[in-house]
Amino acid sequence: MARTVIPFGPQHPVLPEPIHLKLVVEDEIVQEAIPALGYVHRGLEMLAQKRDFHQMVQVVERICGICSMIHSLCYCQGIEEMMGIEVPRRARLLRTLWSELHRSHSHLLWLGLFADSFGFESLFMQLWRIRERILDLNEATAGNRVIVSVNVIGGVRAEISEEQQRWILGEMAGFERDMNRIRSTLLEDYTVKSRTVGKGVLTREMAYELGAAGPVLRGSGIAQDMRQLGYAAYGDLDFEPVVEAAGDAYARCKVRFGEVMQSIRLVRQILGELAKETDPALAAKVKGRPEGEVVCRVEQPRGECLYYLKGSGKPQLDRVRVRTPTFANVPPLLAMLPGVELADVPVLVLSIDPCISCTER
Amino acid sequence: MKEPVIDVTPAAVGNEVRQMKDAGWRLVGLSGAMVDDEQIDILYHFDKDLTLSHFRLRAPRTAPLPSISAVYSAAFLGENELQDLFAVRFENLVPDFKRTLYLEEEITTIPFATNVKAAEKKT
Repeated sequence: MARTVIPFGPQHPVLPEPIHLKLVVEDEIVQEAIPALGYVHRGLEMLAQKRDFHQMVQVVERICGICSMIHSLCYCQGIEEMMGIEVPRRARLLRTLWSELHRSHSHLLWLGLFADSFGFESLFMQLWRIRERILDLNEATAGNRVIVSVNVIGGVRAEISEEQQRWILGEMAGFERDMNRIRSTLLEDYTVKSRTVGKGVLTREMAYELGAAGPVLRGSGIAQDMRQLGYAAYGDLDFEPVVEAAGDAYARCKVRFGEVMQSIRLVRQILGELAKETDPALAAKVKGRPEGEVVCRVEQPRGECLYYLKGSGKPQLDRVRVRTPTFANVPPLLAMLPGVELADVPVLVLSIDPCISCTER
Repeated sequence: MKEPVIDVTPAAVGNEVRQMKDAGWRLVGLSGAMVDDEQIDILYHFDKDLTLSHFRLRAPRTAPLPSISAVYSAAFLGENELQDLFAVRFENLVPDFKRTLYLEEEITTIPFATNVKAAEKKT
């Protein structure tokens, strides 16, 4: 059978954002995948040389809508490290709380899209219905549903009142109940398992060597999560990375489901810590301008995100470099596609939770 | 930076990176930053058990640099990005998008090196 090149994307029903893959197929089996990027490159890193370092908080938030808060968290932490700013503990707890709300709604968005990728539309709708609970929390606490824009250099700009904390706690109970109700369908249903178990296997060795990040790495059995670094208030919280050993699309799905449940537990821990915190300060004063170099890492819903920042005492930074998790997960995706059936490609592309806006910035 | 930064030369970077891989370090990514109008810093970020280590390769921007994609195949994406944004050239880079990873073929301006045009037309 002759080889045929099948274009996948940039416009495809399963792709929320544009990426193009040239799929070399033989007998409907993928032999090779060659990526083509550049459809949503916005040059946001370049803006760092034109905007004040405070204004860049809003710019980095727009690298990605879904994990916007964690982008600005990483950027702010990098600047704070560079300038020696001590962030108040309440602000660190609030940052951690919004981070976990972001992780939950990002994973629910993905779980829904994943269900949609193999045609399970009612599951997609149920997962997105559950996600609305988190978006309502974001809106009530920060004023926005997705780009919450709470981080400033030195802390946060919004407080969560005691009444809101009690409401969040109540919502977490409902959220947990909804997730438990959907668990058996998502993880045990024949339709889901037949399309995901054993598909797109990435071994532990391949995941490590190819630099995989986040649930793709942990779905291949490697217990590495940047939250273990203890940034923000994670050092005060009790958690272990969610790990699955199989390395297939199902394992990556299971890791993300496990992380949603973990986020619920973390939100409860954070609210417990907030109740004990007596210092009302939300942000430290910022004096001076950033100078020097720093590398800062956080765990976004899609995995490890690295910021390299360089300043020379000017209002604008000399360099803001962002290595996003999807950027790291493209080589593992290219490695898992050869040998799979053409019909499984959409499911496997989605299994890395691709964020192309992040990747290209 | 609070983590160790090891200076490497273009001639030695291949061997140094190979040693990192043999020692079990994961390549996290590459960063580029202009030092002045002529020179560029390329930083290679490695991780092992949540500990970071960095290599710094300082070289003239126009000099050809060795690709590490033969050691860490995932580096091809970072190196292609650096070619797009800084118009550096990596030798033996596979696959080589020749400055079209993000940019259109007709673009000859270099985002991070102002007042300089890319010397060669892409094919």
